[in-house]
This record gives sequence, structure tokens and C-alpha cells, in this order.
Amino acid sequence: MILLQTVDLRKQFGETRACDNVNFTVNKGEFLSLIGSNGAGKTSLVNLISAHLTPDSGQILFEGNDITFTTVYERIKAGIARSFQIVNLFDGLSVFDNVAMSIFSRDGKTVKIAALAEHDQDVRNETFDVLGQFGLKSMSAVLAGGLAQGERKLLDVAVAYALRPKLLFLDEPTSGVSTRDKSQIMDTVSSVVRAGAVTAVVIEHDMDVVFRYSDRIVMMHEGRFLADGTPEEIKVNKDVANILLGVPLSA
Amino acid sequence: MKADASQISYRPKLGLAAASALVLLVLALLPPYIGLYQTQLLTYGLVAAIAALGFNLLLGYTGLLSFGHSAFFGIGAYSVAFLLRDAGIHSMELYILLGVPIAAITSALFGYICVRHTRIFFGILTLALSQVLYSLALKLFWLTGGTDGLRVPRPTLLAGMVTFTGAGAFQRFINGYYYYVLGVFAISVVIMWVIVHSPFGKALQAIRDNETRAAFLGIRISRFRWVAFLISGTFTGLAGILWVPLNGLTTPEVLYWPFSGEIVFTALLGGFRNFTGPIVGGIVFTYLKTYAVATTEYWQLLLGVVLVLLVMLLPTGIVGAISALYNKLRPKEKSS
Repeated sequence: MILLQTVDLRKQFGETRACDNVNFTVNKGEFLSLIGSNGAGKTSLVNLISAHLTPDSGQILFEGNDITFTTVYERIKAGIARSFQIVNLFDGLSVFDNVAMSIFSRDGKTVKIAALAEHDQDVRNETFDVLGQFGLKSMSAVLAGGLAQGERKLLDVAVAYALRPKLLFLDEPTSGVSTRDKSQIMDTVSSVVRAGAVTAVVIEHDMDVVFRYSDRIVMMHEGRFLADGTPEEIKVNKDVANILLGVPLSA
Repeated sequence: MKADASQISYRPKLGLAAASALVLLVLALLPPYIGLYQTQLLTYGLVAAIAALGFNLLLGYTGLLSFGHSAFFGIGAYSVAFLLRDAGIHSMELYILLGVPIAAITSALFGYICVRHTRIFFGILTLALSQVLYSLALKLFWLTGGTDGLRVPRPTLLAGMVTFTGAGAFQRFINGYYYYVLGVFAISVVIMWVIVHSPFGKALQAIRDNETRAAFLGIRISRFRWVAFLISGTFTGLAGILWVPLNGLTTPEVLYWPFSGEIVFTALLGGFRNFTGPIVGGIVFTYLKTYAVATTEYWQLLLGVVLVLLVMLLPTGIVGAISALYNKLRPKEKSS
């Protein structure tokens, strides 16, 4: 069942075509990896779908509804959440508050002005639950700004996950962390996302990570889709190999 | 399975409540020991603390630096003067009940214009709008009394039950009004504490720390900033309402930009990254300015030097520095 679909989606920055008539589909429940070299248009595509950018033309359909020109707020309410390539946290707030903020916002409780946040038992329990799933519970009281890079990456995903989205975009969740931490982060993220039955689209450069965790892989190159298939299909795709090895397609 | 939420306590510490009660008790017991002048000065300090508390909801908790909060202080002060002159009202409670909504409406209007911008643009807009009010107060002599200002004699307190006439009225007013302001101050502190620890207050802090991420959690940035602006201006307006009977006169000076600068100074002095900083800053600044004015005619130069030293040596303000020192000196908890 198709959860998200883009139809001839197009975005151009000057002469550069970041997304060139992209027709992208995400099926419900899958763990999809979006790969490609730098400048391929992966983040631009996610930015367009999450309303961080407005498309020049084309359509974005989510659960069959046209959301092309809806606001960030409306897309989040519809069930689309994302994390960022560069970790985006509330550094002055505790780890607990970072996740709690997602839950307060999701439940429409951020308008509460005459009640103490810490007295909301439901939010407390769910926050600890989410932090427990991501292995961050013991750091609840630590300021987010004081976490190590790997923990910050996990918290970044946890904050987006706490919105309980239907579709979660993770923009390079393992960038800037050690090889050992990468596996740990992806094991955690993958198991939490699958257990929560959340459809996930991961932008990733590490092909070991991509092949190990993905149900489906889509490769972008110069704003277009170059390949789409299972990890096994992508592994034997010559175009993908050429791009990844830096060899021109015509070679 | 539900997580064990009891492992980490986020409940307000009993110690905090006890310390607050102790401070309040000390403030309540002070007047007989410090004399009339110091009591009057401390009342000014508490008023400044309320103004700074409101200001800091924007600076410390929302990340917006306003250079125009004199507008709300002045609106509060002039509201009292107009209510007295044009409606013959002498009751302090009516001044508050009618003046606070006037300050709130002004804040809502200014906020609607300003919160669409951030950083220097926000600051300049607040400054410009407050200067508009200053110019109006200066030029509309028939309405505001121009540079002469408007006199505000001593009001009645507690629905007219406490009046200040006859012999010793000034002394009785200073003592009585001190407790009145102390009561309003205590209520203001509690209300602001609840606001900054509410989900709404946490959302403001999230916006302060990372606007983009907050937007991608579904928080409507401009709307939250506008409400924060409204509350902030209203608190500062309340301070203006409380200030004018103490001062006995309101002039356009309270709408002028240097007065906005003084409010910024109080927050910096105490430390805008913590709740109590602006309170301490408000009181300390009142004493600092009073003694600087009494010491030299170049008192502004003296305050300027203090501000430079403050930024260079105590960037987290008085409370921030004390807090850092306390954290450094206290014995580290052993991990089990």
C-alpha cells in the first residue's frame, strides 16, 4: 500500500536541478534507504516532502491526499516527521524535555500555561518509555548540549519518533559517528522503528548500513532516480556501482 | 510496559519552596530594621524585579531581546494617571484591574507587529514602537502634560480600607505600600514560575534553542512568541502601575529608550539564563543606580563601566556566577 507518492516533483536552484521530475513512492511499513553522492538531491527531496522547501512544480500525495502546498504544521499533523543531517536539538533543555516536547506538541498540550509540565504523568511515562527504547533513559536529566555525538544522533531520532509519525525521514542518522557507534545507532533505530510499525526513509552514505537494514533502496543522481530495488538488486546494479566508485555512467 | 517514572524526580524541590518562603519572610520582616528610606528603595527594587521578570520571559526563555519594554512600563504608569485624572479613580486595585488589560492590549498590538522578526530586526522594531509612544507622550501636552508629566497622589489600598491622609501619611504609605508591592511581587513570581515550567514555557525554551526543530515538532513559532510577548509586556505594565504611586509622578522619561536599556541592564546584571536572575538584578540595579546618582553627576558613566565589567567578568550575571561557584564547590555525588 502506497503511503507517500510524489508526481513529477521538481525543484531548481539557479541552474542546478535538485529534483528533476521525481516520481517517488514509499510503501507503508517499509524501511527504505535513499542513497546517492553529495548533491544528488536526497536532502532536497526530503525537504520538499517535509515542507522545508516549496516545489517549483509537481505533486506530493500522502495517504492519497494532496499535501503539496500544506504547511510544516499540517504535514506533522498528517503524520510526517523528520530528523536532520546536522543534529537539531534543544541544547538548553534536558534529554527528557527534548522528547517530552515532541509529545506535548503532538498531543496539543503546549498551549497549557497554568499547569506544570512535569506533573503530566502520561507524558512523563511515555517520555521515559521512548528514552528507554533508545537507550537514553539514564541520561534523562542531562542537558542535550552535553551529550556525545552518538547520543545526540539517537536523541535526534527519538525526538522525531516521539511524534509517533506514520512516515519518518532520517537524514544521515549515523553521520559523524564512529563505525562502532554506527551499528549501535542503526540497530537501535531500526528495531524501534520496526517495533513501532513506523514507515522510515533513511538518507545514508554508508553502504554497509544501507544493505544491512533496508527493505528497499532508491538511488538518486543529479536530481533523478537512477535505481530502485531490494538490497540484492541494488548490489548488482552497474549504474549504482559506477556512481559509488566515481566512474561516469557512460564509461 | 510502562517506564518507571519514579527513577528521576522532576517534581519541584521542597527546598526551593522553603527557600522562597524564607526570602519572603525576611523581606516581610525588614522594614522596621532598615528605616523608611531603605524601605522605599526596596519597594522600587521589587517593582523593578517584576518588570525584569516579565522582560526575561522574552529574553531568557524565548530568546528575543526587546529594546522597547519602556513602552509597557510607561503605558502602565500613564494608565494610572489617566484613570485618576479622567475617571477620578483612587483605588490601587482598580488601577491594577483596569491598567493591566490596557498594558496587555498594547503588548498584544506591539507583539503582533514585532514577533514576525527576530534578532536585531525584532530589537529595532520594539525600540521604534516604544519611541512612537515616547514622542506622543512628549508632544500631546493636552493629554499627557508633556515633559511636566502627570501627578499621581497616594492611592487607597485594599478596596479603600487603607487610606493615607493626615499626619504621618507619607510614612504610613511607604510602609503599607511596601507590603502591598511585596504581595503583588510574590504573586507575580509564582505566576511566572508556573508559566516557565508549564508545557507552554518549555515550548518557548525549545523555540529559543532551536526554532527550526521546534517548527518541525509542530510548534507554531509566531503564535507562541506573540503570547510570550503579550505576557512579558503585561508584567512590565503591572510594574509601571505599581511604580507610579510610589514615584508620585509619571513623565515621558519612562517611555524613553534609556529606560528600556535599564530593563535590559537589570536582566543582564542578575543573569537572564535563570529564573531568579532578573529578580536579583532588579533589586541590585535599583540600589546601584540610586547610589551612583548620589555619588557622582557622571552616574551614567559609572553604570556604563559596571555594564562593561559585567559583560566581561560575569557574563552569566550575579545569580549565574553564584550558581556556577556553588556547583564548583559542592561535593560531587558518588555514582552507585
